[in-house]
Amino acid sequence: MPAEPLIATSTPVADEAKFTTCYMCACRCGIKVHLKDGKVRYIEGNRDHPVNRGVLCAKGSAGIMTQYAPSRLRKPLKRVGPRGAGELEEIEWDEALGIATEWLGRIRATDPKQLAFFTGRDQSQALTSWWASEFGTPNYAAHGGFCSVNMAAAGMYSIGGSFWEFGEPDFEHTRYFMLFGVAEDHASNPLKIGINKLRQRGAKFVSINPVRTGYSAVADQWLGIRPGTDGLFVFALIHELLAADKVDFDYLARYTNAPWLVIDAPGKPGHGLFARSADGRPLLWDGTEQRLASAMDTSVRPALVGRFTLPNGGEAVPVFELMARRFLAPDYAPDAAAARTGVPAATIRAIAAELAHVAFEQSIVLDIPWTDWAGRKHATTVGRPVSFHAMRGISAHANGFHTCRALHVLQMLLGSIDVPGGWRYKPPYPRQAPPGPKPSGKTVAAGRSLGGPPLGYPSGPEDLLVDEAGRALRIDKAYSWEAPLAAHGLMHLVITNAWKGDPYPIDTLFMFMANMSWNSAMNTEGTRAMLVDRDPATGQYKIPRIIYADAFWSEMVAYADLVLPDTTYLERHDCISILDRPIGSPDAPADAIRHPVLKPDRDVRPFQDVLIELGVRLKLPGLVDAAGKARYPGGYADYMARHERTPGVGLLAGWRGSAGDKTGRGGANPHQIEAYIANQGFWTQPIPDEAKYYKHANLSYLAYAASMGFVGEPKPVVLQLYAEPLQRFRLAADGHGRVTPPAAERARIRAYFDPLPIWYPPFEEAAVDGARFPLHAITQRPMAVYHSWGGHNAWQRQIHGENPLYVHRDAAARLGIADGDWVWIVSHHARVKARARLMTGVNPETVWTWNAIGRAPGAARLSADAPESTRGFLLNHVISELLPAQAGGYRYANVDPVTGQAAWYDLRVRIERIGALDAAADAHPPTFGPQPPGAEAPPTRLRYGAEFREAP
Amino acid sequence: MTQLPDRVPGAKKLGLVIDLDICVGCHACAVNCKEWNSGGFAAPLTDFDPYGADPSGVWFNRVHTFEAGEGAGGRTVHFPKSCLHCDDAPCVTVCPTGASYKRTADGIVLVDEAKCIGCKLCAWACPYGAREYDRAEGVMKKCTLCIDRIYNETMAEVDRVPACVSTCPASARHFGDLGDPASAVSKLVAERGGYDLMPEQTTKPVNKYLPPRPRQTGCGSAPVALRDDDAPLAPEGLFLKWVDRLLSR
Repeated sequence: MPAEPLIATSTPVADEAKFTTCYMCACRCGIKVHLKDGKVRYIEGNRDHPVNRGVLCAKGSAGIMTQYAPSRLRKPLKRVGPRGAGELEEIEWDEALGIATEWLGRIRATDPKQLAFFTGRDQSQALTSWWASEFGTPNYAAHGGFCSVNMAAAGMYSIGGSFWEFGEPDFEHTRYFMLFGVAEDHASNPLKIGINKLRQRGAKFVSINPVRTGYSAVADQWLGIRPGTDGLFVFALIHELLAADKVDFDYLARYTNAPWLVIDAPGKPGHGLFARSADGRPLLWDGTEQRLASAMDTSVRPALVGRFTLPNGGEAVPVFELMARRFLAPDYAPDAAAARTGVPAATIRAIAAELAHVAFEQSIVLDIPWTDWAGRKHATTVGRPVSFHAMRGISAHANGFHTCRALHVLQMLLGSIDVPGGWRYKPPYPRQAPPGPKPSGKTVAAGRSLGGPPLGYPSGPEDLLVDEAGRALRIDKAYSWEAPLAAHGLMHLVITNAWKGDPYPIDTLFMFMANMSWNSAMNTEGTRAMLVDRDPATGQYKIPRIIYADAFWSEMVAYADLVLPDTTYLERHDCISILDRPIGSPDAPADAIRHPVLKPDRDVRPFQDVLIELGVRLKLPGLVDAAGKARYPGGYADYMARHERTPGVGLLAGWRGSAGDKTGRGGANPHQIEAYIANQGFWTQPIPDEAKYYKHANLSYLAYAASMGFVGEPKPVVLQLYAEPLQRFRLAADGHGRVTPPAAERARIRAYFDPLPIWYPPFEEAAVDGARFPLHAITQRPMAVYHSWGGHNAWQRQIHGENPLYVHRDAAARLGIADGDWVWIVSHHARVKARARLMTGVNPETVWTWNAIGRAPGAARLSADAPESTRGFLLNHVISELLPAQAGGYRYANVDPVTGQAAWYDLRVRIERIGALDAAADAHPPTFGPQPPGAEAPPTRLRYGAEFREAP
Repeated sequence: MTQLPDRVPGAKKLGLVIDLDICVGCHACAVNCKEWNSGGFAAPLTDFDPYGADPSGVWFNRVHTFEAGEGAGGRTVHFPKSCLHCDDAPCVTVCPTGASYKRTADGIVLVDEAKCIGCKLCAWACPYGAREYDRAEGVMKKCTLCIDRIYNETMAEVDRVPACVSTCPASARHFGDLGDPASAVSKLVAERGGYDLMPEQTTKPVNKYLPPRPRQTGCGSAPVALRDDDAPLAPEGLFLKWVDRLLSR
């Protein structure tokens, strides 16, 4: 036998390794970046990081190909041809900043709301929202309205936290886990780590999703529910639990507003509001003493049902009774839900029985004594170990807010919020419910700041941003009667409204990392047309100026007038702040930074630094001192360390104070960033045991949260089974109160502002002919690619280069469609073509594709005949941002009427087999445009890493 | 023709155990492998037409997702597949130059690129499609079981596992000595009924797959319903009960 080759098995991986935070999606795992000869050799998960504990998904592992993507912008760009043609010339930063300052300065000096500043998946809302407020424009939001505001808002108004990112299931202890509407979603790696724990422990995992991909493939039970009907399914579970008296009444009485009295006085201004004492405290009925008592009096044993007389002679009924009467009605029985949801009644009954069994027969008792907010000591911590997680499959529907509220009500009935084995809050949550800060923007004045954050949570009509006639004050109509609780704005309506000049035209649209002319829009073709449409009278574009900041040559770049090129995540500072979307876990808050591990090899600048620089040039008060000098001369890193939102509370919680020895609250530490870098880029600190559970009612936790600056005061959070703010809007629709809706809006407000959750058919479904559009069409988010960020990545696109339309075999057979056939997908709005693939694991009345894979030809520096353009497609083309016209012609937005959430999963289509492919009738948009100025052709072959191999 | 090594006492059979019960098909293993190996022992792994109409590349690990079964038993399966480092590896015996060889000490099957002439006979011989020809390099490329990690003394001991194993977010991949019945991986295989992929191909794969656990259709001793579904619902009875129920707070 010839000798085996001798192999060098201890070659050093790289010259050095640095720790930072991934940004290949919004999970923000900790990564270790190995660098050799100034290039990235390898990126792996950081073993010690609280989010991912050493693992790293496909997206994070593909970071090298994003760092070195040919689609990276090189220099600021100025449009020289017509908008949309992609004819841009490179300019210097001085000129670019000068142009932006001139445009923005003029706006600030005359009418600040003429600036619409909207950001995509940027994760720096703590800075951008504050900047908008300093500038003085109310026209700001990030992408949440397009994304999953229904989860956030329903959660914040119900429990002072939310699915999404303000909490997570207790994967260590849960015995029954239900996942609603999640294919791949926040939080990516923690969910994978958690699901493994469930399977190792034999905890049952039920996945409710119209499609059986990803996580649903490993679930014990997959329910292929009809899109938009999850609310009915949840109500049927609630019905069964109530009917069987399997409800945690003690939990309801102690921690929720279930015993609070609701005034029953139809026609009167107080109808449906809580009965309150003279000093405004909610009342309940003391069942032993048979009299009214304060809701905060813990010595009282409250009644949950009954009808009671108030001092003024009126009558009131406990929240629980109202809720029980509603959901015990036959309308909510499993038999009623079965036909609409596609989930058999027997299955619904079985799941209700399983939930009750696990919650009540298998409760967990931990040996952790704790003290509640009323000072009462509990010897142990008891948990009902059923848990839930839900995301955009619930959210992206016109009924999503109420469906998510239904889930929170179910959690309350099962006594499973922030208990061992249940779903638990992540600090800084819980916060007060209903939530506090109100949106600013009622008055906008030249040269003045807004005086508060642009986004917030209205408690009633007086908090809306509307004028005397009830017309919207914001460009996206957030916080108007069309979307009152628009906690995250409506990014998806900005372009349409600005183009229409409804409520008013704007001067400049400034966007960061928001691919609005492609996958971050509905009605993509129409959106592009609006961006280039001119006013015939003046010849000017209807949206006169567009500034766009991004790191890559995305579809939006061709539609900008001024392009500010960003760095990649490996080349800049960033701040994963508790003030923004927190990382961390229910047992330990955490925050993190990014810092440059590489220097950019081109003339690009971190967007946050650019934004701060613009703010200095504009002399925004928060960014310059009295002498007009920059407050944060060191740019974003300086702002991260030294900016205090309130005294002692800054963007980062770790190593505060001049000596770096304080956490949570403390003065600014100019060396804070260095401290983070020395600690692998993150800070975390465990919560004391006695403060971990029942955070909403835990004295130790509330005191801890106040001391850390997470909340203002240590007040308990009462879970809002009944959401009173909604009733205030309803009363306004009946003409009560100072601020009432225009006549045309009253019926909608009455219908949808029910303070208890409801279900109604998704609007698009109700508005179109079901015979002409019999199928639901949705997307699933792939695990290996994040939105349109993967198109330019050489490795990711080999996994998801072209997205087909998946169709149930039976549906396809009825339509004469074979696997691989081309089909038209036709909605009431438009049509687009796709290649059909057949499968079984999908709701029979649903077709679906992967999210955001299709690209416009030439975008992302892909060749114009890339499969993403020739065989892939974007479903957004057939989704309209407006519903079909009502009688009278008005077209409401295609959104949830409570929050304005874009209802993209309400889409209804038919599919038609295409005989021969007709290129001329292609519904794809025209070629993207010329390639970036001065850019080399992308390589036709990649041998990345060859240079790292040891010479033999 | 190349020979398989003689059995030597104390020799290991290093390989992977892949848990199909919890693989969620995320492709972390595939991409992290691509990334590690792009600059590692077998660098590079060429990508062809990476931004064009027909992108393809050399990957050592690919995840195949497919449906199996019918009706209630139907499932979606995520199936990662890379070289199984077979005991009777036909890719070794078919190799005309000795480039494809199996190590005596640990059983890892490797390509000695200096000897590989790119004839591709090994790719034909392998029933698992685990070997890929890199036409830019002119040689075969395949999973190296991260030979440049597992013995690497410049790395912390806890990191000396294949990249795919350390990166898997669902902990669906395990690494160890399948030739030692006392090893953690061997015990896992025994406990979970780990099996050979396509045993009828007689290559005696060392990598093992753990089958999905039986799905829980019920939930322990939970009843199948909370009430008799024919019983009419009498809510007033419930309300009477609830009137009497006085709660502690």
